[in-house]
Amino acid sequence: MSGAQEIDVAQLARARAARYRKLVLAGRVGTLVFIVGAWQLLTDYKIIDPFFAGSPLGIIERLADWFTHGTAYGSFWYQIWVTMEESLLGFIAGVTAGVFFGVLLGEVPLLSDILTPYIKVVNALPRIVLGSIFVIWLGLGLPSKVMLAAVLVFFVVFFNAYQGVKSVDRNLVNHARILGASRLEVVWHVVVPSATSWIIASLHVALGFSIIGAIVGEFLGAQHGLGLVIATAQNNFDTDGVFGAMLIIGIIAISAEGLMAMAEKRLLAWRPARTNDNNAGGI
Amino acid sequence: MEVESLSMISNPTSGGDIVLAGVTKRFVTPTGQAMTAIRDVNLKIGAGKFCAIVGPTGCGKSTTLTLTSGLDTPSAGTVHVGGRQVDGITPGVGFVFQHDALLPWKSVIANVALGPQLRGATKTEARELARDWLTTVGLSGFEDHYPHQLSGGMRKRVQLAATLINNPSLLMMDEPFSALDVQTRAIMTNELMRLWEQTRPSVMFVTHDLEEAIAIADQVVVMTVGPATVKDVFEIDLPRPRGQIQDIRFEARFLELYKMIWTSLREEVERSYAMAASRKAGDK
Repeated sequence: MSGAQEIDVAQLARARAARYRKLVLAGRVGTLVFIVGAWQLLTDYKIIDPFFAGSPLGIIERLADWFTHGTAYGSFWYQIWVTMEESLLGFIAGVTAGVFFGVLLGEVPLLSDILTPYIKVVNALPRIVLGSIFVIWLGLGLPSKVMLAAVLVFFVVFFNAYQGVKSVDRNLVNHARILGASRLEVVWHVVVPSATSWIIASLHVALGFSIIGAIVGEFLGAQHGLGLVIATAQNNFDTDGVFGAMLIIGIIAISAEGLMAMAEKRLLAWRPARTNDNNAGGI
Repeated sequence: MEVESLSMISNPTSGGDIVLAGVTKRFVTPTGQAMTAIRDVNLKIGAGKFCAIVGPTGCGKSTTLTLTSGLDTPSAGTVHVGGRQVDGITPGVGFVFQHDALLPWKSVIANVALGPQLRGATKTEARELARDWLTTVGLSGFEDHYPHQLSGGMRKRVQLAATLINNPSLLMMDEPFSALDVQTRAIMTNELMRLWEQTRPSVMFVTHDLEEAIAIADQVVVMTVGPATVKDVFEIDLPRPRGQIQDIRFEARFLELYKMIWTSLREEVERSYAMAASRKAGDK
């Protein structure tokens, strides 16, 4: 009797959850259709000026043109590739340096006490202006963009890695020391894995920064890349072009974010499952 | 050959006594005040002896263990293990901490295999040895679980395996079973006795449970309220093997010893309460 009731309750809960998911999906699709549809109609009837606002169909046409005929500086695919390459290299360099120095300063208090004021000063600077320096130093090619992306990424990762090292459980360190771990082995087996959850939390922001770094670097002076595509479109008052390139950047960012979520799941498999990580992820 | 050389690495001071002479430890609190945790502790524990340390809460019992294991250094006095002054981690020491010290990102088997691996065993050797130890503590089949997937009692078993796998000649245990429920605790204590009788390391076992202390130890040390020092040392002459600790506590000699030690301990516990009460009154 009570068994049957339990089954009923479970079935009801499942059905309710399924209905809710459908409702959310329908709401999402509806929102997209409404915004894009309204945008298209309002510009079609010239209620808002398509010259300034662009239009969904115009954006699609512009993108189709770029993909088939290429841009003024080579194929569109190549521009996408250049920006992705710059972001990725900047991301890798920034994360590597951030983790290394975060762990180093976390482990050597003297060093961190000496360097803290300088790090704070550099961190307080609007680091985007460094882009200009990098263009002067490294030229219009790939290195200046990689450098800017890496600097943006570095600080986010560095602060989290440092904080992660500082909050290591002393108990675990003592345990490893008793088992015979040298200082380096303690860092490798205890400190770094323990800081990993902190570091990974920073990687989501860092990923966004690496793309920002690459694009802004291209604004400041480049021969290829999506930032250059946008800058050119801006100079020609080509609103559809700006939106089109933006859309592509958005797609790249979301795909990278998805890969990151997969990597995170693998790296943090040891953690107890959290009950509510469904919804907040997208925001 | 491999195994032999391994046990030589991990057991270099087998058979050493523990001698603490005039040991004092002072800490500086984050607010800059000095605090004396233990004062002039003199204690000698024979090789292969099981020594239980009892005393009021927060009296510096744990500090005695950290100093003997070499995790920390005394402010005054000396600690010798096997005739050698402690300076850095004591060779051959094992430590079961009060709180979980398993690495949460390593699987059960990787946690147990860590000790041998850090002492130079290859990964395969270490894993093989770890598998044997997991069987010994009754956890075969849980190799690939992560610590958070186990119950408190199971985690303590893993902890024991991870410590005993290094074949310690000197074992520090800081209220190892205090977080467990009464039944699990009794089972774990029996288990510990069984394992100890196989290899007979010298043990320093901190507990606040006097019954447990008498049931398992050769020697019960009563410490005073802080700054702690050794008040009394009682030899426990109950014959070994003692069997189930649940049964031994009804024996006449056990009760006699219990009364004797409790008289000594009670004074300290009462003083500790009185001090806490006057501190609280002082705060108001």
